[in-house]
Amino acid sequence: MTRSTVPVRLYVNGDRYDIDIEPRRTLADALREDCALTGTHLGCEHGVCGACTVLLDGQPVRACLMFAVQAEGASVRTVEGLAPDEETLHPVQKAFWEHHGLQCGFCTPGFLTLVTGYLEEHPEAQEDELRDVLSSNLCRCTGYQNIVTATMSAAEEMRG
Amino acid sequence: MKPSAFDYVRPLSLDEAMEQLAIDPFESKVLSGGQSLIPMMNFRLARPERLIDINRVPGLEGIVPGQDRVTIGARTRHLAVQNTGLQGPLGSLLRTAAAQVGHLPIRTRGTFGGSIAHCDAASEWCLVARLLDAEMTVRSTRGERTIPAADFFQAIFTTAMEPDEILTSISLPALDDHHVTGIAEFARRAGDFAIVAATAAVKIEDGVVTRARVCLGGVSEVPWRSQAAESALLGSAWSAGAVAEAAAAAADEVDPPSDSHGDADYRRDLVRALLPRALNTAGAGS
Repeated sequence: MTRSTVPVRLYVNGDRYDIDIEPRRTLADALREDCALTGTHLGCEHGVCGACTVLLDGQPVRACLMFAVQAEGASVRTVEGLAPDEETLHPVQKAFWEHHGLQCGFCTPGFLTLVTGYLEEHPEAQEDELRDVLSSNLCRCTGYQNIVTATMSAAEEMRG
Repeated sequence: MKPSAFDYVRPLSLDEAMEQLAIDPFESKVLSGGQSLIPMMNFRLARPERLIDINRVPGLEGIVPGQDRVTIGARTRHLAVQNTGLQGPLGSLLRTAAAQVGHLPIRTRGTFGGSIAHCDAASEWCLVARLLDAEMTVRSTRGERTIPAADFFQAIFTTAMEPDEILTSISLPALDDHHVTGIAEFARRAGDFAIVAATAAVKIEDGVVTRARVCLGGVSEVPWRSQAAESALLGSAWSAGAVAEAAAAAADEVDPPSDSHGDADYRRDLVRALLPRALNTAGAGS
């Protein structure tokens, strides 16, 4: 069954992307395949693992659980859009680096966007609350302890 | 893990959405938050020919308190329910329940009405709707009707809605300050669907239970109003012991399924444990 494509305009990390896609293209696939932003990873493709988490108008969402056509008019931020420039890491990225919050790195883009989205809205968040947020995503390497430590450290730095 | 092809329609008004849905209701699905529908489409368990995306339809979001009832727009996101400033025992129940729906990135997209229309027996919102005898307002090009919760939830993933109908709002009774409410559930991992969930709203006047509502999830195809627990509580002196007796009565009454998540006896044990947790009397002396 072939369906025609539709033109979709996405705003990702402040850049505009005019792409032609089938409506069934998920946001995650559109970011990777059509915008060449392969930092967003796809794990389970049914909303469980969180590897594909991106920020939609500042809020964390599963990019495998929405269609790209639905993101028209919204602002999308991916892991590529976290660092302020090529030389400087975002405080969350820096904390994951310093506290060994990753091993293989597959889940990392999802954790970085999730934590960044939450801390930017809730800079005062405490450990219990952050652990609940972190339960959104799966990591099969670290055992989570270093992810919690990194997140707490990032929170402290972002509070200034 | 990619959905099959579909035609995508994005109506800008409810009238347009109803007209679009009426064109081919059996082959169409309404797309709201998509947090249940899209996984099913990715697995190709659902292959709708057409998706009617109602995310740009105005007037479907918000929590509006009225004199006797509170109306919740069907597309109100779980996160908005979790953050509601609604006062009283109902507001407290809604916030507590919302915090247990999936995970944060699911709650930013998923919707109150979508969960109810999807009709999973373990869904927090189906339980709350059945607990409080919610009224579901549905609309189609044929008109509008209101369906009480007792009739709405018919079987797993099956409601009283016709294929051409769109759920637009859900109304719940405002609960006065004599009520105690709560919800507790058990799942193996945070954010998973509950194996068993218990929710209750109990009215206490001068230390005596004058109205009791108890609803259980994970023990039957649809949310289960436990008449045994409700009768045990009604007229009793409010105490941890009374709640424990009601929980035991509910556990005896239900006939839960056995599956890989837990057998029937295990689910009965969970009912016994969770109702006191829901009403915050677990661990208290009787």
